[in-house]
Amino acid sequence: MATFNNTDLAAFKDVWVYCEQRQGKLMPTDFELISEGRKLADELGVKLCGLLLGDDVDGMAKELGGYGADKIYVCDSPLMKNYTTDAYAKVICDAVTNLKPEVLLFGATNIGRDLGPRCAARLHTGLCADCTHLDVDVANYVEFLRGASTLDVDNMKWDTEDRNLKMTRPAFGGHLMATIICPRFRPAMATVRPGVLKKNAFDKAKADACEIVKLSVSLSEADIHTTVEEVVKAAKKMVDLIGAEFIVSVGRGIAKDVEGGIKLAEALAEELGGVVGGSRVTIDSGWLSADHQVGQTGKTVRPKVYIALGISGAIQHKAGMQDSECIIVVNKNKDAPLFEIADYGIVGDLFKVAPLLTEAIRAAKAAK
Amino acid sequence: MKIIVCVKQVPDTSGKVAVNPDGTLNRASMQTIINPDDMNAVEAALKMKDETGCRVIVVTMGPPPAMGMLRELMAMGADDGVLVSAREFGGSDTYATSQILAAALKKIGIEKDDIVMCGRQAIDGDTAQVGPQIAEKLGLPQVTYVGEMKKTGGTITCKRILEDGYMTISVKTPCLLTCIKELNAPRYMTVRGIFECGQKPLETYTYETLKDDPLIDLATIGLKGSPTNIFKSFTPPAKGAGMMLEGDDKDTCNKLASMLIEKHII
Repeated sequence: MATFNNTDLAAFKDVWVYCEQRQGKLMPTDFELISEGRKLADELGVKLCGLLLGDDVDGMAKELGGYGADKIYVCDSPLMKNYTTDAYAKVICDAVTNLKPEVLLFGATNIGRDLGPRCAARLHTGLCADCTHLDVDVANYVEFLRGASTLDVDNMKWDTEDRNLKMTRPAFGGHLMATIICPRFRPAMATVRPGVLKKNAFDKAKADACEIVKLSVSLSEADIHTTVEEVVKAAKKMVDLIGAEFIVSVGRGIAKDVEGGIKLAEALAEELGGVVGGSRVTIDSGWLSADHQVGQTGKTVRPKVYIALGISGAIQHKAGMQDSECIIVVNKNKDAPLFEIADYGIVGDLFKVAPLLTEAIRAAKAAK
Repeated sequence: MKIIVCVKQVPDTSGKVAVNPDGTLNRASMQTIINPDDMNAVEAALKMKDETGCRVIVVTMGPPPAMGMLRELMAMGADDGVLVSAREFGGSDTYATSQILAAALKKIGIEKDDIVMCGRQAIDGDTAQVGPQIAEKLGLPQVTYVGEMKKTGGTITCKRILEDGYMTISVKTPCLLTCIKELNAPRYMTVRGIFECGQKPLETYTYETLKDDPLIDLATIGLKGSPTNIFKSFTPPAKGAGMMLEGDDKDTCNKLASMLIEKHII
């Protein structure tokens, strides 16, 4: 049977976060991951290190310290100007093999989900995809389960010495939650869903104190088997669901007048200073572009207010919005499952309610 | 030239999903479907077959009933099918699954002008990991999230979709591509295809078939060989009942708006 060189768990320490940058700009999810990594490193009593790859990127490193990183490892090479799986995976795997972190986190972006599995396969270790919650400390994990599950945590046995990273994610389209561990190999790896974890406030003193360490990069053109011909930013501004405080989403209920329904949702969203989202059917039918999709296959959001117009509430949609602070559901069908998680529900026609609600909110704000 | 497409049969999570009291999925009560993104991979392969006459082989790992899915894909136009199925393979996580599928693909044989295609991710796990992990095991370059592709000689030019735009990437065969739904609209089975699919070759690879490959090691496959384990699985608690407002008229909307203001929600 095969043997592996990453089973001596004690030889691995520190929490690492892969800090993704695109065209010289850090991704917002980097700050969330550094903030979460800080918590995990404190629970483990180890350092939190960022891993930053690119071409001439060391100028960005300090900023990451401001969210809690002790140290940033910088890997610079002109061959890493654009992201390629081959170059980035090689440099990351080399660094992990040499420096042996016990935890390695990636943002679950389209690039993180390309890179993470490639690295995990090469390093022979476990990778948990698209996590929404992470814990090391068992007491913290039990507290999390108390609120987030129906498990009878007080009558379960817990090993308080357990130092495994406990990686929680939705499975089966959100019907179940699963906590995954990687008990035998290191590093334990996870990709983490953007927009779910909270980021710390930026601290200038911490940024100044952050140590920057340049790693030597062993990379040649022969290592890279793909050619990046161009990188294009979308001309049309993508809707920023993840950053939005107010989201008005539409579903199958707008079918009888798609254009009119979207216009009403836009008007309501505009009054609130928010954006428009949609359930899977609105994307699959081509009514809205894919960047509007809320749900397990779309984006996970937790705005202050989520207004669902004509969305019945398939579990895969719920999985993407159930943590919103206030959920308002408008649906003609009083048995629509989404009413179960609504803070406020109106049984009625969205084509009547949306414009009246827009008007009522405008009036109520003016009277304030 | 041939294209090998990896596909998966999955429970249809868009419909009603039943959960057992112990928190596991009640699979027996659920419909199974061909994973949606995999259909786009099959369609991309069949389009290339229309243009070049190449062979299309569909491969799946799963229990024997998954053969029916392979026959359906043959009725759409795939030439050959391979079912990878063994007790030893059960309980595999993405790492272990990619070991097994990579061994199966080696057994089929990957030559210089071949392409491996997968769907971006399966709707039961949503991991998007098996494609890149197969590529790594086979030492193939990968392009994921492919939304457009064009083959010119031995080079494939792909539009790789990002959250904020796209990259154009060119890659030489052999390579592995993962496909997204924007790539194409999958075709239907044809009457003639259904008529002929029963005659097409469909092989089963068991543990015995693959066991001599170094990838098939009991330390790296199945439940025991998987680096990740499930620590706990659970269902979220139902949220307490909210406030239902009567009527879809102006009064209701005014009432709601004033409550939202009062509670500083807006």
